[in-house]
Amino acid sequence: MTTVAMDTPVASPTLKLAPRRHYLQIAAAVVVLLLAFLLAQSLATNDNMQWHIVWQYLWDEQVGRGIVTTLLLTVLCMTMGTALATVLAVMRLSKNRVLSSVAFAYVWFFRGTPLLVQLIFWYNLAALFPVLGIGIPFTSVGASVSTNAVITAFVAAVLGFTLNEAAYMSEIVRAGIQSVNIGQREAALSTGMTESQSMRRIVLPQAMRVIVPPTANQAINLLKATSLVAFIAGGDLLSAVQDIYAVNFAVIPLLVVASIWYLVIVTVASAGQYYLERWVGRGVTNFSEAAVTDQIASIEARQGGAA
Amino acid sequence: MRPMVEITDLHKSFGRVEVLRGINIAVPPGSVTSILGPSGSGKSTMLRCINHLEKPTAGAIQVDGEYVGYTRNGDTLSEISGRALARQRAGIGMVFQRFDLYAHMTAIENIIEGPIRVLGKSRTSAMEEARELLDRVGLGDRARAYPAQLSGGQQQRVAIARALAMKPKVMLFDEPTSALDPELVGEVLSVMKEVANSGITMLVVTHEVAFAREVSNEAIFMADGVVVERGDPDEVLRKPNHPRTRDFLSRVL
Repeated sequence: MTTVAMDTPVASPTLKLAPRRHYLQIAAAVVVLLLAFLLAQSLATNDNMQWHIVWQYLWDEQVGRGIVTTLLLTVLCMTMGTALATVLAVMRLSKNRVLSSVAFAYVWFFRGTPLLVQLIFWYNLAALFPVLGIGIPFTSVGASVSTNAVITAFVAAVLGFTLNEAAYMSEIVRAGIQSVNIGQREAALSTGMTESQSMRRIVLPQAMRVIVPPTANQAINLLKATSLVAFIAGGDLLSAVQDIYAVNFAVIPLLVVASIWYLVIVTVASAGQYYLERWVGRGVTNFSEAAVTDQIASIEARQGGAA
Repeated sequence: MRPMVEITDLHKSFGRVEVLRGINIAVPPGSVTSILGPSGSGKSTMLRCINHLEKPTAGAIQVDGEYVGYTRNGDTLSEISGRALARQRAGIGMVFQRFDLYAHMTAIENIIEGPIRVLGKSRTSAMEEARELLDRVGLGDRARAYPAQLSGGQQQRVAIARALAMKPKVMLFDEPTSALDPELVGEVLSVMKEVANSGITMLVVTHEVAFAREVSNEAIFMADGVVVERGDPDEVLRKPNHPRTRDFLSRVL
């Protein structure tokens, strides 16, 4: 067998590495930046934008109340919707045919009709059921109350958004649960956990890794969808600016005010999403990073020892 | 002496496929039983029936005198509640082929989860015992590592510690070394040997003939859903009587 002395490095002058220049990319970037600059300039210098009005109403009290209502609606409906969605997802995955069919029908109905239609429906519930009551069926025991007294615009909005959100979220939660290896549930059961303990302690926390990113999407969508309550007089951010420009006719500046606040809230929410994803991905997502850090540390330790 | 695990005429079908066709096994307390056989012979299914991860189609399983998953009323075995079943499972430890450590928990969190949630132990005492168990499986320094940061052999040793933390009467091992790189098999087998010597009743589904011969009191050879041969591991594994056993051993040895 012939052994060629391939391993012996040949002494050679140190060669410089010159990265390739991407002239087309540079040209494209220049054009895009120029266009963006022109757009920004035309907006900034357009008198019809009335930036002083934007600034004035950015801190308006009525706008502030609108923001509070929008945030309250979003948080309330997202929380209750997700809770209901979890129940629906577990029902959907249940071996009991009745439970899974009911969950399926729920999702079919609430995803299949427009959100705005649902909102207007809840607001006009009194037309269908003038009186709401609780009692024991087939007896006269119970109490009742006028529907219009209970279903205010706010309650109609909460009902509408929660029930609609639950339908979408249940599909997300279901996908999350199904993404967790079946072995995790079996391992939990084998140590004597009940089905519900294994769901709460083992399966759902791991499902969160899959659930959180689309849920953040949903929350952001919901935040903006709450502007639909303007149709049923809901006092949210869009309603607030609408009320203002109905009087002063500064439509564009006030829509800019609303947009700025929506963007601010979404930006804060996105930052929250980043940290939430890191937390629910513990043990999985951060692993490769940690492994690399470990490896670098051990290489450094070895080199340090050798030196 | 009453057997620790007694399986009587166990049948299990998946749809039309009958995987177990009448299994009868009795295992005395403190014994180690190895179960060997070709894949598809029903070994794992039988093991999973013992802690009711699979529901038998017919037949009965008793662990320490209690019917698993059922209570006996005269000639009827009535299914028990999920809570009662969970209590029975707490006394039957299981180690899986794919380790199945809780991926979102560190090694020590994996071990204390059951003692805290199921046995109602305080966190402090559960942690103390978990540290002892980690030392016992040789991983005292890896308590805070996540499963993904551990090698397969280390994960399986944590999984054994997790099962032992429940102080089970019986330990079931379902091909505990089959998913491991060859060089990691030894560390898991030596932990299992140590557990066997501690006097706990063990049922081990394995392809490790040497382990079966060295550690177990009895070897059971299964094929096509029935027990074809059983007895002293040296006898069964060195001088098998049944052609299926001979055929299998000639392949794995």
